[in-house]
Amino acid sequence: MAGVQVSDVSRSFGAHKALDDVSIDFADGGFYALLGPSGSGKTTLLRQIAGFDFPDSGRITIGGESVERVPVEKRRIGMVFQNYALFPNMSVADNVAFGLSVRGEVKAVIATEVQRALDLVQLGKLGGRRPHQLSGGQRQRVALARAIVTKPRVLLLDEPLGALDKALRVDMQIELKRIQREIGITTIFVTHDQEEALTMSDRIGILRDGRLVQEGPPEEIYDRPKTEFAATFLGDANIFRGDTTGNGIRLADGTAIAAGAGATLAAGGKASCAVRPERIRIATDAGAPDGNANMLKGQVSKRIFAGNNSTYFVERGGQTLKVIVQNTGMERLAEGQDVVLRWSPESTVLIAAG
Amino acid sequence: MAAATASRSGLRSALPLLAPAYLWLTVAIFLPLSAMVFFSFMTELPLSGRPWAFTLGNYAAFFSQSLYLTLLLASLRLGLEVTLWCIVIGYPAAYVLAKVLKGRSREAIFLLVILPFWSNGLVRIFSWAMVLREGGILDTALNAVLPFKINIDLMYSYPAVIIGLVHSYVPYMVLTCYLTLQAIDDSLIEAGRSLGASRLQVLKRVIIPLSMPGLVAGAALIFVPVVGSFMEPRILGGRTGTFYGTVIEDQFVAVFNWPLGAALSFILLAVVLVILAVASPVLRRAA
Repeated sequence: MAGVQVSDVSRSFGAHKALDDVSIDFADGGFYALLGPSGSGKTTLLRQIAGFDFPDSGRITIGGESVERVPVEKRRIGMVFQNYALFPNMSVADNVAFGLSVRGEVKAVIATEVQRALDLVQLGKLGGRRPHQLSGGQRQRVALARAIVTKPRVLLLDEPLGALDKALRVDMQIELKRIQREIGITTIFVTHDQEEALTMSDRIGILRDGRLVQEGPPEEIYDRPKTEFAATFLGDANIFRGDTTGNGIRLADGTAIAAGAGATLAAGGKASCAVRPERIRIATDAGAPDGNANMLKGQVSKRIFAGNNSTYFVERGGQTLKVIVQNTGMERLAEGQDVVLRWSPESTVLIAAG
Repeated sequence: MAAATASRSGLRSALPLLAPAYLWLTVAIFLPLSAMVFFSFMTELPLSGRPWAFTLGNYAAFFSQSLYLTLLLASLRLGLEVTLWCIVIGYPAAYVLAKVLKGRSREAIFLLVILPFWSNGLVRIFSWAMVLREGGILDTALNAVLPFKINIDLMYSYPAVIIGLVHSYVPYMVLTCYLTLQAIDDSLIEAGRSLGASRLQVLKRVIIPLSMPGLVAGAALIFVPVVGSFMEPRILGGRTGTFYGTVIEDQFVAVFNWPLGAALSFILLAVVLVILAVASPVLRRAA
């Protein structure tokens, strides 16, 4: 078991900068998600850590040992691939045994370890099967067992659940998390699925165009995004743009929006405010004035009912705002209705422009 | 029942597509071959107007003279050696084509590999004769480069036959192996290495087993015609180039003993089929 440090790593393919000066510290035993749209460099970063590709510059250490020039087979990592990459010419047990057998382990030891790994992923009885006789979820478990049986220092997962259907994916998320806790291995997980990143990881790193946009625990990134991209890529957000007033912004029409979280910016420049749709209260009348709450008037243009909640799309000064309301049986607003939106400054994050 | 009807109507609609191929196979292969089977049991060719009768003598000739068996064994050995050289040369080339080269350079190398296919067989063999003889291209070139005098005269020797045959047949090995190697997902190689296997271990335990069907297909495509080959042995082998195939050729073009030639051919066919039948379970398990 070991932590992984990535320091100032850059990697270009021709003129394309796949990784641009990325630094992340993956602490020992943590579960990290690298989140980003396709082409953001998250897989490239994972491949640098695995050793399939080497950085142009920068340092990578595993357990304090510098590995930038160490080939993959000497790094003692475990990797799970998106398409499982099980060896079709071997049985399930032989697939799992591969890593131990190339190391020249004794047959009896291999057999015990393989059985233990298969039991861990709850496939103890399927060792004799061939990969093509398994379902997608089972193949995923075999790939996981194969990756951890060698007791690697780090577990790397490249969109491991991408090929599974939704119900199975949720099962595997729980399963993966359980196994990771059980063996306590440092795990780095590449995904483009924000929900997966939120529910599974201790920390998330958001990448965009080869740069690390923000890194931290899921709650921190969700509640205090540092960029508009982080705000909208991880979860949904209403973005307002205007001039900084010091503790908020002033929109083009003069409306002030107070922000109680996020960056501290000097008045005068351009800035944005981000508000999560579920933080906004929606009402048909202004009601009693509510201290320092932000308030906007608008008109419902559309309502999407999703059972436990409804999403209202509210038109306001050429902008469409999203409001999510829990289904408490109280509020049912019709399309076309004039409404008042209200939310507290603490729910408003000030973001520097750019 | 619906399924049965569907499959029958599927066959009927496929018939116009199948018919030309089967018609061609019948006319071009089955008819001449059955004529040859017929000839192989005759004492004389009926074409010459002489009287003829049915006999097993042509087949008996093979067993009564040890020469035929010796030549057959020599030809089988030739087939084995040429096949092995084709694997040694063709497999790495196929690997580089499938897994290392990309884009334009792959196309260029591919063209070079297939080029022997597009040149006339005789031209190919005679150009080897130019290269291999004493004072030929290889001899001259080596003596121009090396500080000491050496004599390279490979012409009319067993190695010359091997060189000529390997050159003619190596593209089959490259193509069949290329197809199976290309189908191997790169992530399998990466998975192997991430589990601690060296490149060599990945090659031995993942890549070669998965490309076995291509190796087997290539070997069968090469071994069978090489065992019966006569052109390369005759031109490049000279006096040393007497093989089972050249003896069969002699029966047809020199001695005009077609019945014996036909009988020898069918013995060869039977031997090759037996070898493939015996080898196939082993190879299938390996694949």
